[in-house]
Amino acid sequence: MQSSVKFLKHKGWHQTGIIALIGGIYFIGSMILSFDNAKGLLSVPKAFNWLFVNFRPTASSVEYLPRIWQKLIQTVLLAISSTVVAAIVSMFVALIGSKVTGVNGYVQVIVRGIASFFRNIPLVAWSMILLFSFKQSDFTGFLALLLMSIGYLIRAFMEIIEDEASETMMALKATGASYFQVIFQAVLPQILPSVLSWILYMVENNVRDATLVGILTGTGIGFIFDVYYKSFRFDAAGMTVLAIIFVVIVLETISNQIRRIIL
Amino acid sequence: MLEVKKLRKSYEKDRPALTDISFNIKPGTFVAIIGPSGAGKTTILRSLNQLIKDDGGQILLDGNDIRTANKMELRKYRRQIGMVFQNYNLVERLTVIENVLHGRLGYKSTIAGVFGRYTQQEKEEAVSLLKKVGLENFALQRCSELSGGQKQRVGIARSLIQHPKVILCDEPIASLDPASAQNVMELLKELTEEYNLICIANLHQINMAKKYADQIIGIRKGQLVFDEDADSLSEDVLRTLYDQEITKELK
Ligand SMILES: Nc1ncnc2c1ncn2[C@@H]1O[C@H](COP(=O)(O)OP(=O)(O)OP(=O)(O)O)[C@@H](O)[C@H]1O
Ligand SMILES: [Mg+2]
Repeated sequence: MQSSVKFLKHKGWHQTGIIALIGGIYFIGSMILSFDNAKGLLSVPKAFNWLFVNFRPTASSVEYLPRIWQKLIQTVLLAISSTVVAAIVSMFVALIGSKVTGVNGYVQVIVRGIASFFRNIPLVAWSMILLFSFKQSDFTGFLALLLMSIGYLIRAFMEIIEDEASETMMALKATGASYFQVIFQAVLPQILPSVLSWILYMVENNVRDATLVGILTGTGIGFIFDVYYKSFRFDAAGMTVLAIIFVVIVLETISNQIRRIIL
Repeated sequence: MLEVKKLRKSYEKDRPALTDISFNIKPGTFVAIIGPSGAGKTTILRSLNQLIKDDGGQILLDGNDIRTANKMELRKYRRQIGMVFQNYNLVERLTVIENVLHGRLGYKSTIAGVFGRYTQQEKEEAVSLLKKVGLENFALQRCSELSGGQKQRVGIARSLIQHPKVILCDEPIASLDPASAQNVMELLKELTEEYNLICIANLHQINMAKKYADQIIGIRKGQLVFDEDADSLSEDVLRTLYDQEITKELK
């Protein structure tokens, strides 16, 4: 009794200490960067106001729409194709690398290493590196998204397999089923909903990322945003942003519907 | 006839999980393995179909040693040994009948199994087994929509379609309510007699063991301390098995 009261008191002190620490770090940080908190805060509404005035699409910006739309479709297709290819590759790799379906300990370590390598190089860095070899093209963007997605999906798929498939896998192994029978009859059907859910998430994410990659590789929606922006056609740039937001929301809605049906 | 001789296993050096376990079971016998948590019951059961590789001893099924089998032979032994799990271990998204048919995979070519191509005869047998376990109206239902007791009966049907000589049940009723538990135990007992099976169940419920089992094996700290007819299980035995008085369980 006495000790649990002491424990809770201790815990209270710990929490207070941590909050004070974070506050202190922020304070010292803004001193070092000579960041004026009051002025920073005040400039936020001003910045938004400027954004609103300059980037607001006008009636004449509508004429940009067909071109924006065409590039947007191109970008969405890029995102979908890179995700689908990434999913197929990742599934193979995750199967041979997971603890329950994996080949052996060495392969598991190697697969984990590869996945975190691909994942931990920022997308922008991937694009810049790939630009050297593949120049400004859709393919460069495709590869950058592909490699990044592979990094995430391998890791996600391995965890899904380990969490969701180990029990059924054991049951089928015990019936005398062979390795491939177990994979196709137990593991894949069992993990399908979670896997699809991850793929949908990755598509949404890649549409957003494809915009950024497009600025670097000179393709898709990112490219025309860049062009409009640099030629001071802010209303057209604003239109582009609106179109992106619209498509992302539509995609999210669709994938939520799909999720509801499959889960 | 299942003969286990001097079965040994340790997961870590110098900490044996099983030491020299030996017992014999005749066909048509329902056996309960009892003992405290961590005694080694699951380890015994999983060694019997080699889901766990033990360290030594013999496991003879009708005179053939399962332990020395190569991969192909092991598949052939495993299909003669059904297994029923505490958490049912079904593919929840698939239908009841698909899960039952999984029990045939050990008999099929890899390709036929991968694509789930079953013969008419296998499908008919699956249906008749579902009838046997009382689920004839659920064949096309997804397993995720069933209750625990129903899932466990699907698991039992899946093991029966293997045409097993042995069925291993690791705490088959631990997740079930008392009524479903009773039903599952009765079903297992019935099937053991009907098909002349060797049915081995790990149980924590001593009253259930006493009521349904023909033979009881008691395990304590990896050692066999009791192996006799269910009728001979006494308070004394339980006291040594569990290190405390467990009298009301016997009633
Ligand atoms: N994978 C493993 N790695 C290391 N030790 C293990 C492993 N599995 C089991 N053990 C140990 O082996 C011993 C026997 O475990 P086992 O699971 O066979 O017990 P049990 O009788 O089935 O217990 P319960 O009634 O709780 O299911 C325990 O001491 C356990 O800690
Ligand atoms: Mg156990």
